[in-house]
Amino acid sequence: MGTTMTQQDHDERADPAAGLAAGLAAGHRASTHHERDLLRLATAGSVDDGKSTLIGRLLYDTKSVLADQLAAVERASQARGGEVVDLALLTDGLRAEREQGITIDVAYRYFSTATRAFVLADTPGHVQYTRNMVTGASTAELAIVLVDARKGVLEQTRRHATIAALLGVPHVVLAVNKMDLVGFDEATFTAIADEFTLYAAGLGVHDVRAIPLSALAGDNVVDRSARTPWYAGPTLLEHLEAVPVDRDPTTEPLRFPVQYVIRPQTPDHPDYRGYAGRIASGVVRVGEDVVVLPSGRRTSVVGIDTFDGELDVAHAPQSVTLRLADDVDISRGDVLAPAADAPVTGADLTGTLCWLADAPSVPGARVLVRSGTRTVRAILRTVDSRLHIDTLTVEPGVDRLALNDIGTVQLRLAEPIVLDDYAEHRRTGAFLLVDPADGTTLAAGMVGPSTVVGLAGAEERCRAL
Amino acid sequence: MRAAHMSTDVTTTAPASADAALARPLTQLEALESEAIHIFREVAGEFERPVLLFSGGKDSIVMLHLARKAFWPAAVPFAVMHVDTGHNFPEVIAYRDAVVAEHRLRLVVASVQDAIDSGAVRERPDGSRNALQTVPLLDGITANGFDAVFGGGRRDEEKARAKERVFSLRDEFGQWDPRRQRPELWDLYNGRHARGEHVRVFPLSNWTELDVWRYIERERIPLPEIYYAHEREVFQRDGMWLAAGDWGGPRGDEVVERRQVRYRTVGDMSCTGAVESDAVTVADVIAEVAVSRLTERGATRADDRASEAAMEDRKREGYF
Repeated sequence: MGTTMTQQDHDERADPAAGLAAGLAAGHRASTHHERDLLRLATAGSVDDGKSTLIGRLLYDTKSVLADQLAAVERASQARGGEVVDLALLTDGLRAEREQGITIDVAYRYFSTATRAFVLADTPGHVQYTRNMVTGASTAELAIVLVDARKGVLEQTRRHATIAALLGVPHVVLAVNKMDLVGFDEATFTAIADEFTLYAAGLGVHDVRAIPLSALAGDNVVDRSARTPWYAGPTLLEHLEAVPVDRDPTTEPLRFPVQYVIRPQTPDHPDYRGYAGRIASGVVRVGEDVVVLPSGRRTSVVGIDTFDGELDVAHAPQSVTLRLADDVDISRGDVLAPAADAPVTGADLTGTLCWLADAPSVPGARVLVRSGTRTVRAILRTVDSRLHIDTLTVEPGVDRLALNDIGTVQLRLAEPIVLDDYAEHRRTGAFLLVDPADGTTLAAGMVGPSTVVGLAGAEERCRAL
Repeated sequence: MRAAHMSTDVTTTAPASADAALARPLTQLEALESEAIHIFREVAGEFERPVLLFSGGKDSIVMLHLARKAFWPAAVPFAVMHVDTGHNFPEVIAYRDAVVAEHRLRLVVASVQDAIDSGAVRERPDGSRNALQTVPLLDGITANGFDAVFGGGRRDEEKARAKERVFSLRDEFGQWDPRRQRPELWDLYNGRHARGEHVRVFPLSNWTELDVWRYIERERIPLPEIYYAHEREVFQRDGMWLAAGDWGGPRGDEVVERRQVRYRTVGDMSCTGAVESDAVTVADVIAEVAVSRLTERGATRADDRASEAAMEDRKREGYF
């Protein structure tokens, strides 16, 4: 910290296009842009928090809003009688959203800097759209939780933090917005940041970065503000560029859900048999002993193939095709894991659900569980407890979950599956509940019971500290 | 106790093991490629009769390239379908036929002209056939029993598309209802559908125009020549350069000129505009796109200028 960025740094940061063009002109083809990586993030909030303004600011200051889009928004703002350009119209794309002035659905936004590209899942903040927040958070490595500096941490703030924690989002940014309306007061910021950081720690979220900013005026969004001399941390965009994009695959065990069996049966490849998939976690090497689950058969990897050539080693989240030593019976839905460190399999699943369907769950319902590439029939045996997402209180002894409810459930599966705890295995510990009759996605599921209980106690633990 | 409001430094420390180098995060293009390959394989594993929409445009060309990567060394396990407006750029049709022959693909053509001849759709007064593609597209899907249809749509193209799922369920009328979309979580795509329904699948959902061009450069994918600057007889209409041709342009008061242009999108000749350009290589195009102040649809598609919700309305009816 401490070093002030020069204006030139800022310009390059804010204008990747210019940097790219300059790089190309200088003959550095394929250099600048090919090293760029990809971060997925989610924002939750309502227009009141300034969420749309913040996103508009990020898009605008990274030159991701183009002239015709801006012109369209200006026309629409004028047509609605507005005097200022309403940046929310950039993000609210559906007719119903524009008419009602609210964000209904998850929208995906794209912006980039010289070092990183971003996929931003923009989700509505109101309690009735919890399912959309859950959806956006499911793939995010970072969540931005917005608060209004005048209002501080609200119930909605706690709900957004809870959802980020539930979905295992590793990095959370608390964007304390509208600092201009509290005179950029350090004490106000610190109080909000402390309260939120404690709450998040109670939820098990330990990487929280609080940033004082004004989305409207641009303070600490892309450019460092002169009005927060007491703040030594990064701007929002600097922080977004610095967080790791994924877990380090070398610290995690291999999981390889088989998607598809490749058998060309051509004169060139008469006997080729490869197992295609995307590595969900960990690293795979030629020569490695693996176990096929749920059957438990063992074999070893003899080749890692890609269209671009063979590899000795590959890691998550690469898509590859594995050749195995033995002609074992493997098909879509199986999971390959290290033979020496095989995960648990089972047909009794204790999990946490977020109910996504309009109709509530039915006790004893026959459903489908989709885990990795495997789909099995299942019965929803019991609902053990329910977290009211609007009040963040837990209710034991309920028999069903309604839209946006989060609850711990017991499922009985027709066949065993790999049971990876979601808290440790974000890709393989996730599952969907699907209605076998019409294919409706009923619920988002996470293997493991602890989450809801842990969440419910968070506030009490926070107060006790 | 007081908690510090600033976290510990989150910047990764590189792992000390010998695996450090291999644990390098994927680059953006590698991540997008891996995601798209995963989507292709999911569809091949879950559906009976997928088909890939192939127009000879750059997005469909990139899709086909990714599909080849997904199933190598086997052939692409599905057919390709071209919705043919009859207002084609000859270079694009030549490209299509060469690619189909080279990769031994099965090509299904759904013809707008046939639909007009049979009375299924009526020619519009302005001669544009873009909106007329929906009927032959849906008829082609039904007649062939396709249950999954790969499209090259990207969420960065247009604001209604920003809300599109990777797996997008269409009812038996091919309609898209944005308020009844399935939530799409993690990388668990739900493709279950009833008989008569189908699923549109968008493997390039998370790509931007610039990503597509960078990938074309990285993979050295050949494109139809019209994507690069060339001299062409064009005339101006609604602020766009349209190509003179059999489809009905120019009108009496429109003046044909020879200009150096290229196309950013490839569609129906009657409503796809060219941009003035001297970009003759992929690198030139990337530099030009990177500094462009207009989206590709804004610059080149008359049909999207009609109203704020033009794309949403067409998508509801079953358009791409």
